[in-house]
Amino acid sequence: MKFNNDEIKKIAHLARININELEASQVSEKLEGILGLIEQMTKVNTDGIEPMAHALDINQPLRQDKVTEADIRKKSLDLSEETDQSLFIVPRVIE
Amino acid sequence: MEKLSLRELSEGLKARKFSSVELTQFFLDRLEKYNLSINAFISIDKDKSLAMASRSDSIIKEGKQDYLTGVPIAQKDIFCAEGWKTTCGSKMLDNFISPYDATVIRKFNEISAVNLGKTNMDEFAMGSSNETSYYGNVKNPWNIKNVPGGSSGGSAAAVAAMLAPAATATDTGGSIRQPASLCGLTGLKPTYGLVSRYGMIAFASSLDQAGPMCHSAEDCAAMLNVMSGHDSKDSTSIEREKENYLNGIKDPIKGLKIGIPKEFFSEGLDPDVEKIIEQGINEYKKLGAEIVDISLPNNHLSIPVYYVIAPAEASSNLSRYDGVRYGYRTKEYDDLMDMYCKTREEGFGDEVKRRIMIGTYVLSAGYYDAYYLKAQKIRRLISEDFSKAFKKCDVILGPSAPSVAFPIGDKKEDPLKMYMQDVYTISTNLAGLPGLSMPAGLINNLPVGMQLIGNYFSEAKLLNIANVFQMNTDWHRLSPKGFE
Amino acid sequence: MEWDIVIGIETHVQLKTKSKIFSGASASFGGEPNAHACLVSLAYPGVLPVLNEEAVNCAIRFGLAVDAKIAKKSIFARKNYFYPDLPKGYQISQFELPIVGEGSLSISMGDDNKIVRILRAHLEEDAGKSVHGVEEGKSGIDLNRAGTPLLEIVTEPDMSSAEEAVSYAKKLHELVQWIGICDGNMQEGNFRCDVNVSVKKKGDKQLGTRREIKNLNSFKFIKQAVDYEVNWQIERLEDGGAIKQSTILFDPDSGETREMRSKEEANDYRYFPDPDLLPLEISQEKINVIKAEMYELPNEMKARLIKEFDLSSYDADGITSNIAVANYFEDLLTFNVSAKLASNWILTNLFSRLNELSIDIENCPLKASKLAQLILRIEDKTISNNAAKKVFDEIWDQDKSVDDVIEKLGLKQISNVNEIENILNQVLQDNEAMVEEYKSGKDKAFNALIGQVMKASKGKANPGQVSQLLKEKLKN
Repeated sequence: MKFNNDEIKKIAHLARININELEASQVSEKLEGILGLIEQMTKVNTDGIEPMAHALDINQPLRQDKVTEADIRKKSLDLSEETDQSLFIVPRVIE
Repeated sequence: MEKLSLRELSEGLKARKFSSVELTQFFLDRLEKYNLSINAFISIDKDKSLAMASRSDSIIKEGKQDYLTGVPIAQKDIFCAEGWKTTCGSKMLDNFISPYDATVIRKFNEISAVNLGKTNMDEFAMGSSNETSYYGNVKNPWNIKNVPGGSSGGSAAAVAAMLAPAATATDTGGSIRQPASLCGLTGLKPTYGLVSRYGMIAFASSLDQAGPMCHSAEDCAAMLNVMSGHDSKDSTSIEREKENYLNGIKDPIKGLKIGIPKEFFSEGLDPDVEKIIEQGINEYKKLGAEIVDISLPNNHLSIPVYYVIAPAEASSNLSRYDGVRYGYRTKEYDDLMDMYCKTREEGFGDEVKRRIMIGTYVLSAGYYDAYYLKAQKIRRLISEDFSKAFKKCDVILGPSAPSVAFPIGDKKEDPLKMYMQDVYTISTNLAGLPGLSMPAGLINNLPVGMQLIGNYFSEAKLLNIANVFQMNTDWHRLSPKGFE
Repeated sequence: MEWDIVIGIETHVQLKTKSKIFSGASASFGGEPNAHACLVSLAYPGVLPVLNEEAVNCAIRFGLAVDAKIAKKSIFARKNYFYPDLPKGYQISQFELPIVGEGSLSISMGDDNKIVRILRAHLEEDAGKSVHGVEEGKSGIDLNRAGTPLLEIVTEPDMSSAEEAVSYAKKLHELVQWIGICDGNMQEGNFRCDVNVSVKKKGDKQLGTRREIKNLNSFKFIKQAVDYEVNWQIERLEDGGAIKQSTILFDPDSGETREMRSKEEANDYRYFPDPDLLPLEISQEKINVIKAEMYELPNEMKARLIKEFDLSSYDADGITSNIAVANYFEDLLTFNVSAKLASNWILTNLFSRLNELSIDIENCPLKASKLAQLILRIEDKTISNNAAKKVFDEIWDQDKSVDDVIEKLGLKQISNVNEIENILNQVLQDNEAMVEEYKSGKDKAFNALIGQVMKASKGKANPGQVSQLLKEKLKN
């Protein structure tokens, strides 16, 4: 598996991480190494094997429909870099 | 006092040999004296700790003491603790004062244990050497030129240097057992679902599990008594009757069948480590255990499988760090996209970004089946290997890590070498099984850890097996020089 | 050239729960911004989702109502994308194994019924809201809505006109309120439709490229948006252009659609099973319990009304057009009024008054108990149907008893035979010419005579009795 810088940048963009040319080539080298490691999997025959998403085979528990959480704006707004009128402020969202 | 076990500390508090405030002050003094040299803690808040200690003292006076009431415990900085800075080792959360308590923290608060401070760790628990922390690398108390292991390196170093009687830790691919091994401690990763993950900052949700990091198996049992139990806030938490892990911890182990997987003794294992593990096996034979050969044929695939599943889950788990509601936000930005990309570029370290990108890649359109789905299928094969093995034996024994603590910087630039540190630990996370590491010897004055892997919910058995070993050996009593 | 229009609809139905789908924060609408944003809604580090049982029950109710298969095992997945109103950076939804499988909904188009196939319905969480205009060049994020439970209902592309799309949306809107899973408040965004539109040459097998009109929250907008979009696509194709698959917005002010700028880049949502949530397994017992607790469905009720009360299909449709009407009707019946009269009064007098005043039947000032009294007075012949309309006006929004009004307005019918006979005799005496006309074969004169009797009785004579008595008299 080989990555060119554009592919690396595309992945970085999908992950919303800025990356420059130099970093891109360093990263691609390391990612290629890791993917090389991962490639070992391809040799394994997994026909008919059920994918395992969880360590334990149990069902999703359900919660009663009750309001249990209070208004925590005193804390939550303080933790943000920018707020106004009880809103979290970000650069303009374009739809 | 620094060498007292949790039981001795508990008895001392009960007998009023010392108060919780005195005990807490004692460890805070040790922290002040030694933390600079090993960098085991990210946050220390003397006032908070002492206030908790003082509350514990009044509870002890009222006679409502629990086993760990008044005992100072170091908390890995992956656990949200209300009013405490909770960073997960990342610049991203450098300004994050948690507005709530993790369930594990709440459980310690409920019995009025003292929070001694938040321990250093690899950033978002991604690392095996504690070199990825935003707060600098932790040093191994046995040799401060060496790494303590990771990601719970701060917890390991703190307990090894006797700056805390015990610590909490978490394990996604070996992050309790490998640092326990490298620092000469006993550490237990419980069965997935035994300890609540609520409030424990997620790395890879289907693998993460919290556990204790202590000097002895007995201490681990006391800690697990507090930490374990069903939590309705965690859908993956198991509903089962709560056990007392101290019960039966001294039971004889005669007739115990110990499985030795040949795959754990193949290339990559330091021959000196192998010798020490063999000595451990011999010790168990003397104690009446029966040794059986077993095989875990897919163990070599655990690293590739892990490096698909863990980064995939992490890439998604770490998307919430966007600078909008809390945490780091870049100072200058042109628009929303710029704010996201710079915030995440600047807020995350290299290893974290690398894993986010791997995870993003393996989940992306066109690759999902080849990587993620394939990994999940092999995960089942790895898990089935264990089920087969446990038909032949009660417990599996092997090394915890392929080598002793290595020098800081040695593997930092080579992720692949670093990843091999977890070759004996990852498979248990994939299967969700409990694993324990305990000290079994020294090489050049560096500890070697021996691992026990049990079947689901066999923590009591594992602790018993480890405790019996420790009743007959002294490896767990050794401590590094320079911290007296 | 002639074109086929192909429409499929994805509807986001906000489920009527007290708390959010994965946390105990209030799911109620409005409130100060972020007042309902709990730890989980804010996606703090370490928090975890736990599924709300009522959301699951709502989905099951819907599945049963559209005759769909309820999945024994369904899976929650993460849909990954960055957006400020999506705090986790992923939306918890269902992808490969949704809770509700294939079903269908029958819609009426004039006299015809048409089946719209439901492909699936899945549970997911709603996002928050971006608020504009707080500060120049900036947006404010309100996470009150983040995490409220949604059922996304997806149809096959079975509709072929804006009218059908609207008819489906209305029918679905009524159904989700009928089964009590949604408030149906479209202004508050409780019921939002994404409408997929494509066109193809008439008779072509191959579907055209579709464009998805996002977030339509009124039936009027669905009609306008689809009409505009269909014309736009046809014009473009007829000009030799091509349609690019895309997500578009409808602007109600201009009546036009436009592409969404934020969705320009190709989305790669990287779905994978959410490791924080386990497979949701639903037992047949649970389904049976919910089924047993469910109210009769509209089509079931319609059939019963026709069979049991001999209502016309049209009237039965009207009564079952929404749950509030059906409830009003059922309330009337508890007072032992005739079903036919009850249905007539609701569909004519009550509806036209509600329409005039633009109010919903839920807010009708005239309670069913009082209307029932009025209907009973018609049935026991105390008043005529015409007189009843006068009483209706008086009791509509005023605290007056039916009998008092009848008394006060002197509307009581004369049903006493002697009294009617007296009036009748007088009228026959005064109108001999008419009587002669009738006897010479002019039937019209009969009605004229009745008119005279009614006039003489000031409208109070029971018309049935008058007619009967008159017939007897004229025979002699």
